[in-house]
Amino acid sequence: MAASLAQQAPLDRSLGWFSVGLGMAEILAPRTLGRVIGVGDQSNVLRMCGVREVVSGVGLLSGRAPAAFTMSRVVGDVMDLALLGASLRSPEANPTRVAAAATAVAGVAALDLYASKVELQSSMAEAEQEVPVHVSLMINSPPEEVYQFWRKLENLPRFMSYLESVTELDQRRSEWSARMPGGVQLRWQSEIVEDQPGRLLSWRTIDGSEINHVGSVRFDPAPDGNGTQIRVEVYYGMPGGSAAVKAAELVSMAPEAMVSADLRRLKQLIETGEIATTRGQPTGKRSILGRALSKGES
Amino acid sequence: MRAVCWQGVHKVGIEEVPDAHLINPRDAVIKVRKAAICGSDLHLYDGYVPGMMRGDILGHEFMGEVVETGPGVTNLAPGDRVVVPFPISCGNCFFCEQEMYSLCENSNPNARLAEKFWGHSPCGIFGYSHLLGGYAGGQAEYVRVPFADVGPLKIPDTMSDEQALFLSDILPTGYMAAENCNIQQGDTVAVWGCGPVGLFAIMSAKLLGATRVIAIDRFPERLNLAHRAGAETINYEEMDTLDTLREWTGGRGPDACIDAVGMEAHMHGVQGTYDKVKQALRMETERPGVLRECIQACRNGGTISVPGVYGGLADKIPLGAVVNRALTIKSGQTHVQRYMKPLLARIENGEIDPTMIITHRVGIEDVPDAFAMFRNKEDDCVKVVVNMAS
Repeated sequence: MAASLAQQAPLDRSLGWFSVGLGMAEILAPRTLGRVIGVGDQSNVLRMCGVREVVSGVGLLSGRAPAAFTMSRVVGDVMDLALLGASLRSPEANPTRVAAAATAVAGVAALDLYASKVELQSSMAEAEQEVPVHVSLMINSPPEEVYQFWRKLENLPRFMSYLESVTELDQRRSEWSARMPGGVQLRWQSEIVEDQPGRLLSWRTIDGSEINHVGSVRFDPAPDGNGTQIRVEVYYGMPGGSAAVKAAELVSMAPEAMVSADLRRLKQLIETGEIATTRGQPTGKRSILGRALSKGES
Repeated sequence: MRAVCWQGVHKVGIEEVPDAHLINPRDAVIKVRKAAICGSDLHLYDGYVPGMMRGDILGHEFMGEVVETGPGVTNLAPGDRVVVPFPISCGNCFFCEQEMYSLCENSNPNARLAEKFWGHSPCGIFGYSHLLGGYAGGQAEYVRVPFADVGPLKIPDTMSDEQALFLSDILPTGYMAAENCNIQQGDTVAVWGCGPVGLFAIMSAKLLGATRVIAIDRFPERLNLAHRAGAETINYEEMDTLDTLREWTGGRGPDACIDAVGMEAHMHGVQGTYDKVKQALRMETERPGVLRECIQACRNGGTISVPGVYGGLADKIPLGAVVNRALTIKSGQTHVQRYMKPLLARIENGEIDPTMIITHRVGIEDVPDAFAMFRNKEDDCVKVVVNMAS
């Protein structure tokens, strides 16, 4: 997956050098920079941001896992915007300069988001299946019923959060469409490899799909005889292999976290008929950081 | 609608927020008539519970009138007067089926966050941090109640709002604390903290057959209420708690000890300073002075019951005493739904008068001042009831 400098996308290279430059400035001259962008003396915060920038930049320039490192830049941009907003509460802040800095960050963020989408789409398809995911959860319902619910593949988008639709083409083949964080659209076809009613279902993606994976789900009777121990195993082709998984963990879209959250929703749906949520409930006035954080809340 | 919002450490304010509304099929919307400020709300107020965000609507003790129900709620109708338990519980999962409602597996949308802190997630709770779901609470004019077909209990016409209000939390919490002591005839139970939960624990211990209940606090008005509830009292600013307990029990120690204080215990001396400093530096989340004292005081083979709230990590817990003296520690958020009906019956037949602990009644606009008063124990404050209809 490693690419030499020459083979890299020019946008990645520019963003990489930009990251390194900004990061060094934040580490070496945080006070001056703080004055220029109008946040006052925030040396420690700026130094930490600097370390993050340098890591992202060096990562991007290395050509390893570009999808992960461009995504890390997107996350960094969101952090920067939140911190700039929060800095306004400090008496030392200069609102005009902070606004200018925020505009600049927003511009770079747009470029980062664009770069990360391109990377993710192109690398999802070519990656090898090397990231295993194992998740197991107890569900208070007999194996036959849990199997029936899952086997009706149209049910899956009800609890798999990134899935938009599943269409069964015939008994074995189905067409899937998902929208990942950042708006990346992925489509693939998969076929059922093994189907043991009430016990097991396994599948694999068909060549030419935008994301490769093979997987199985087992429906074992719980040891106490009440309910099902559901076990999902998936081998994903993740862009950038295990480094990308680590990066994705930071933005909580790691496959393990994703599958485990999905299974939790499945359990809620089967046991209670609905999915627990606070989305849409009233709240008082949030801080800027709070607004950014609560976006990810379900 | 108006709601009491957490705005930061020692800052709560009344904000105008959008009205609560139905989100899921098993929801109901309740027009709150009476709410209360809980001692555990003070841990949020003091900033010691992780996972609070500016703008969170507070309140987990409330009762009111049903105004709207989702299609999945058939046992309630608009106009019903109900009291709502603070744990949000689905009624369908492994734990709910065993009446361990506060351990419901399906009601915390942020279960993953809670698992990071505590290994596994408990149920969601109204207005008690995003670790416990981030649900908007009931110190508001309206509140959304999830799984309304399981939690809310209809209040008989003969019972007043205030009589029913504390079924939402503190009365069952005090009762479960006493029940956890596995009280036998002839037992002596010591209760640290004579706030609302401690007082209800005292009454419950008596009801469950304790021969003797000893209450420990430093505020005369609280010790006075404890005395009225049937306890002998120790003012720890005037008497040494451990020495007195040893003397009063012939050297053996109380059969059970209840920590109704929790994470912000007031302590004297070196121990107090040590915990204050570590908690301020966020090196521990608790000041567990009372728990330490309960363990030291308890008789060999006895039980320590902990209804007091702890959130994270505590230092210098004398585990050696627990092991070598065969102590049992029992705790947990209260399985309120399990206790509501039987306790309602005990209120109806006059065995318990929950209103005896109320010292202040305020309107919603006075809640920020009431928080400060309650925290600083000013004006002999023991329990504040908020009248939402005013």
